[in-house]
Amino acid sequence: MTVKLLGSATLAALLAAGAAVAQDDAIIVQSTTSTANSGLYDHLLPMFEEETGIDVNVVAVGTGQAIQNARNCDGDVLLVHAKPSEEQFVADGMGVERFDLMYNDFLLVGPESDPAGVAGMEDAQAALEQIAGSGAPFASRGDDSGTHKKEMSLWSDTGVDPTAASGEWYRETGSGMGATLNAGVGMGAYVMTDRATWISFENKGDFDILVEGDEDLFNQYGVILVNPEQCPSVNAAAGQTFIDWLLSDEGQEAIGAYEVDGQQLFFPNAGA
Amino acid sequence: MQAIGQALALALSLVLSGDGDLLEIVGLSLRVSLSATLVACALGLPLGALLAISRFPGRNAALIVVNALMGLPPVVVGLIVYLHLSRAGPLGFLGLLYTPTAMIIAQTILITPIVAALSRQVLEDLHGEYAEQFRSLCLSRTQTVGALVWDARYSLLTVGLAGFGRAVAEVGAVIIVGGNIDHLTRVMTTAIALETSKGDLPLALALGIVLMVIALGVNALVQGLRMTATRQAYA
Amino acid sequence: MPEAILTGAPARTAERAGPAPLMPLAARGLTLEVGGRTLIDGIDLTLAAGRTTMIMGPNGAGKSLLLKLLHGLTPPTAGRIEWGGHPLSPAIVRRQAMVFQKPVLLRRSVAANIDFVLRARSRRDRARRDALLDHVGLLGHAGQPARLLSGGEQQRLALARALATEPEVLFLDEPTASLDPASVLKIEEIVRTARGGGTRIVFVTHDVGQAKRLADDVVFIHRGRVAEHRRADDFFADPASAAARDYLAGRIVV
Repeated sequence: MTVKLLGSATLAALLAAGAAVAQDDAIIVQSTTSTANSGLYDHLLPMFEEETGIDVNVVAVGTGQAIQNARNCDGDVLLVHAKPSEEQFVADGMGVERFDLMYNDFLLVGPESDPAGVAGMEDAQAALEQIAGSGAPFASRGDDSGTHKKEMSLWSDTGVDPTAASGEWYRETGSGMGATLNAGVGMGAYVMTDRATWISFENKGDFDILVEGDEDLFNQYGVILVNPEQCPSVNAAAGQTFIDWLLSDEGQEAIGAYEVDGQQLFFPNAGA
Repeated sequence: MQAIGQALALALSLVLSGDGDLLEIVGLSLRVSLSATLVACALGLPLGALLAISRFPGRNAALIVVNALMGLPPVVVGLIVYLHLSRAGPLGFLGLLYTPTAMIIAQTILITPIVAALSRQVLEDLHGEYAEQFRSLCLSRTQTVGALVWDARYSLLTVGLAGFGRAVAEVGAVIIVGGNIDHLTRVMTTAIALETSKGDLPLALALGIVLMVIALGVNALVQGLRMTATRQAYA
Repeated sequence: MPEAILTGAPARTAERAGPAPLMPLAARGLTLEVGGRTLIDGIDLTLAAGRTTMIMGPNGAGKSLLLKLLHGLTPPTAGRIEWGGHPLSPAIVRRQAMVFQKPVLLRRSVAANIDFVLRARSRRDRARRDALLDHVGLLGHAGQPARLLSGGEQQRLALARALATEPEVLFLDEPTASLDPASVLKIEEIVRTARGGGTRIVFVTHDVGQAKRLADDVVFIHRGRVAEHRRADDFFADPASAAARDYLAGRIVV
């Protein structure tokens, strides 16, 4: 009898708890931590939701995981920053079409003491080579995210293989941008981060921007509708509405208007 | 130390202001973890009882497995549930990924072995005391289990609390299958993880304090219930 | 209240022509080996209806084990047990009850301990429960936690619970071993009433006085065997075995 009672209680609990399953006019956006952690979605989504009545649910993970989740059809829209991977995603038929959405840039941040002496350098590659040469600690995402992919491509241009020093001066956190910044600040290690995360990051300690402005540090975000032919569960209409809105003048203006501490975080460049 | 003081003050002001987002997150945390605890008890108690009173070939192996599963890493549970609930997975058609239900499923898997293993121990100890008397009374297996569960109910409450504590405190599983979606699947632990990654350590810590106070509240409630009931009918 | 309620089986057996009588008991070649040690060694025993049999013997002789074997709590490694010509079965065990040396009480109220047994036998009956509690002098404690009772009260509750099943055979395994004299006499009184109602009593004890007060016949066990089985008067007047003589004289029996 006790068992039966527990059983029905269980069922009731599950039903009650399951009531909040996503409804028809909702989409899931697989996105990156940099956009979510910077607060961009908190700025954009209320406008969009009020206008269209579509609920946007953002899952913020590394770009690599976001793309993998989208490949599993666990999202309607992909909004990430790793152009080659995004183009591959579309070429594989998983995405309908890729659009440039906005950009910002990557930075090299580090402790005030700057043991490798890279402050003020404008050549990112040279700065990385100098850090490697000095043996000063460098904290890497190491998680196949967009930022990590970018960092690896910069290293490969320098000819230095930092992973050979993994665990020594080169420290792969395998974590998100914020966690990696926390780790970097904690151990006084240089970190490559996107500007949006850095500006909104609140645990900077004595860290500051040391290297910025190199063309190589350009950070382009793209947006893709997951292909409903591959993934029948995709809410194509609502997903397309969201993408259209982001790319519209209104959406682009909204992106450009987002500021933290008086600084613009993302620069819209759809159709540029 | 200064950070902790700051966090305490922030936690207090968060609670006192009755912040809507905070209440929503706290509510979802409780809903998800209490549901998972309830389901885990519905599954784990009978399993624990079966292991406690039955002797069958392979029982020892079953005990080792159940005991070992108490140490299931949440991330692994999250991953396994994700792979099943993903649209590309065998249960994808249910559309449960990134819903509270998915989080309940993951936490249930995480804590059912805890409930089963601990209740097995509690019930087996009690059965050791009752077994001969029950055999003399020719009780059926159902009657035996019913009597054991009823007489051990206060110890089993503690077992349930252990399960709830593990569920409400874990982040690895719910962040994968829930996605930490604002207003949909964000719970206390994923919110803490988020604020930590934003570098807002005082807010993260303040949320952590709120979570601990909630856990404390639930435990105090159950303990109070237990003590009242004990005074009335149990020794 | 009807006296039959308190004494166990006979009122029921009379109404109920169905089941064959349990007695006599016949045990043949009963043997129990545990871990290579022979604890019960080929016991032959016949018990007739309507008596109180006291089982006596030195520590480790196998008295409690014999009780458990006869009641079916422990399966023998060899030999057979027949109650009224039928092999021991759950149906037969259900018509018997046992009270242990250390009473096993549920973690519930006094009344709930009785209710539990009545419910298990699908006869929930408040009046009957209260009559049983009254009979053992615990009606005033009905709402108290059973495990807070004194030792004597706990054993009386265990006895009331055993009687609740209206047993045709009642096994008692040293039920008064650790009780004060007044409690012992109360328990004996209850047992005597049950016996008077026709319940067959099989009672293990070390208390010679108790055995003399209650016994119709005595089974003396020594080293897992029946050393002698005789009418009580004969046994106490002139024990036949050396072991029983030493035991009654207060000498160590090896």
